[in-house]
This record gives sequence, structure tokens and C-alpha cells, in this order.
Amino acid sequence: MINGIWLFFVAFGIGYSALAGNIDQVTSSILKGAELGVGVSLGLISILVFWLGIVKIAEKAGLIDKLSILLSPIAKFLFPEIPKNHPAMGYILSNMSANMLGIGNAATPLGLKAMEELQKLNKNKEVASKAMCTLLALNTSSITLIPTTIIGLRLKFESADPTEIVFTTIFATLISTFVAISVDKYYRRKERHIY
Amino acid sequence: MFDSIAIISTWAIPSIVVGIPLYAYFIKKIPVYETFIEGAKSGFTTAITIMPHLVGMMVAITIFRESGALDFFLRLVEPILAPLMIPKEVFPLGILRPISGSAALGFTTDILNTYGPDSLIGRIASTVQGSTDTTLYVLTVYFGSVGVKKIRYALKVGLLADLGGFLAAVYICVLVFGGQ
Repeated sequence: MINGIWLFFVAFGIGYSALAGNIDQVTSSILKGAELGVGVSLGLISILVFWLGIVKIAEKAGLIDKLSILLSPIAKFLFPEIPKNHPAMGYILSNMSANMLGIGNAATPLGLKAMEELQKLNKNKEVASKAMCTLLALNTSSITLIPTTIIGLRLKFESADPTEIVFTTIFATLISTFVAISVDKYYRRKERHIY
Repeated sequence: MFDSIAIISTWAIPSIVVGIPLYAYFIKKIPVYETFIEGAKSGFTTAITIMPHLVGMMVAITIFRESGALDFFLRLVEPILAPLMIPKEVFPLGILRPISGSAALGFTTDILNTYGPDSLIGRIASTVQGSTDTTLYVLTVYFGSVGVKKIRYALKVGLLADLGGFLAAVYICVLVFGGQ
């Protein structure tokens, strides 16, 4: 799908340029875009390096485990079919915690481990279980507390207040998580017959 | 109320940055500086990994915008978006966000570069980018990793959550920053 989108931007853009009579601008657009791409990723190094350092301290200090314990009542409500003390629950909780801290690269391996454990509980291996759908719902609605990348991006473009969007981001993330959980619960009831 | 929101936004990060190392050092006896360096190293790889994605997407988006093709599309959708109070400039971001993380990041970069990070549109784009996720990517990777072929209602749930998050981002920003 991403191939189609990319090709569409390039082909339609250049085609439109030709029709609009500004085809001479294409070369400068390519340079400008490429330069911006490099500049932005280099600009992000500063904040990513700093933030991943802080998160490492949090991880070693056991704060991710602490967050997991805090989240466990929520997880029991969301995943009623997972047996007590099953390893899947541990991975789900650490995945949720890592997502909340905005460390996507740490959250993904944990989420994949959770999927693996859920697959062991799954009766029909080709069909997603309810717990899997719930895990995905939580992941795609991404409860994020610290939007690191976007703060870095705002710094790069010299925002007067790069962190002013933290509150609005948390608000929007709560709404999307609320929608995800509600829709998930609705489908769980509707498709009662499948485990 | 919005004053306290501004205070929370301003204080959230400084509190975390001082709180975590203090707790780690005094309660858990962790060598904080060395641990910081250990984690910080992975920041380079993350930033460099996204560079090819950003260059590829930024070139495509810049061509698309500077040719006038983007304006052409935005004029088409404007009549639908105006009554919903959704600025037409952020509409493509709402479409791209669930499909591709790098495309969305490229588009947000383009918006911040064109309109400035402190414009209403820049703030909305920042909030959308921070609060939603690449649903299609997550679904593909997670289900792909265990060989699940029938994903049932997972896609619908993910896309509806994205829609909810997008609308929430637009309206909270209009409410908080709209008057400025």
C-alpha cells in the first residue's frame, strides 16, 4: 500500500507540474525534500539520544515493572480469558507500559512475545483470538504519555514551546484508547461464539 | 482551566527528567549516568534508521505540494471538512497516519516547515502525530509474526480508534489553542 501512495505522490505531482506549466520546479523540489529529510532525521538525534537514556534509567530502576503492576487491574478487565499468572499477561503489561513511555522500539518486541503466548492459548491458529484483537486495539490506539519524536520535530523547527502539545496529545490518545476499548468490547459481545 | 493545562504541559517533562534519575540513584542505587549513556546510544540508530524513509517521503511530498497537486486535492475535500471545523491542511495527515508511519512523519514535517510549529495547524499536526499509530503496520507485524490469517474485527477497531483520536486531536487543539 505504501508503494502505491509513494508512487502516487511522485507521479501525480510531476504530472500535475507538467500540466500546470511549472515542470522546471521539480528538480528544486527534489533537492528541497531530500535536504529536509536529512536535516530532520539529524535534528531528531539530539532528543532521541537524550530520551532513550532517561528511559533506560527508568527501565533499570524497575519503573516499567511498577507501571505494569499499576496497570494489572485494567488488564484483567480487558483480557478476562487469560488464566491467572499466565506469561502472556506479563508481556501484555510490559508492552502497555513501554507504549505509555513512548518507547515504540522497546514495546514492539514485548508485544510480539505477548502475541506468541496468546497464540499458544488460541484454539484456531489461523484465526485471531479475542485477546489478540484486544492487544492490537490497545497497541494501535497507542496510549502515549511522552511523544518524544514530535517534541524533537518541534524543537527542530524552533517552536517557542515544543512541549505545549503534551496535554493535547494525552487527551487525544485517551479518546482513541477509549474508542478502541469500547469498540473492542462491542465486538467481543457480538462474536461470542469464537474464543 | 487552560492555564492549568499549560502548567501540566510545561512541568510534565522536567518532573520526569528529574524524578526518574533521583529515584533510580537514591532508592535503587543505580549508576544513573552510565545507565543513561547505555540507553542513549540506541538513539543514533533510531534516528539514522528513519533517514531513508524521511528522505524518500519528503521528496515525494514536496513534489506533490509544490506542483500544486496537493492544493487541488484539498480544494476538493474542503466543502466536506469546513462544516466539521477540520482544517483542510491536516486532512492528508489523518488519511496517512494509519497507513504509514514514515509517510505521516514526512507530512507532519512538511506542515511544521510550511506553517510553523506554533500555528494552529502545526499544533494539530503535532498532536495527531503524537497520539495515533500506524494501525496497518502494527496489524501486519503482530498478526504476521504468529501466522494468523483471519484478523476478524481488529482492523475496524484500529481504524475507528484512529478516527476518534484524529477528531479528538483537532477539537482539543481548536479549543485550547484556537483563541491564541
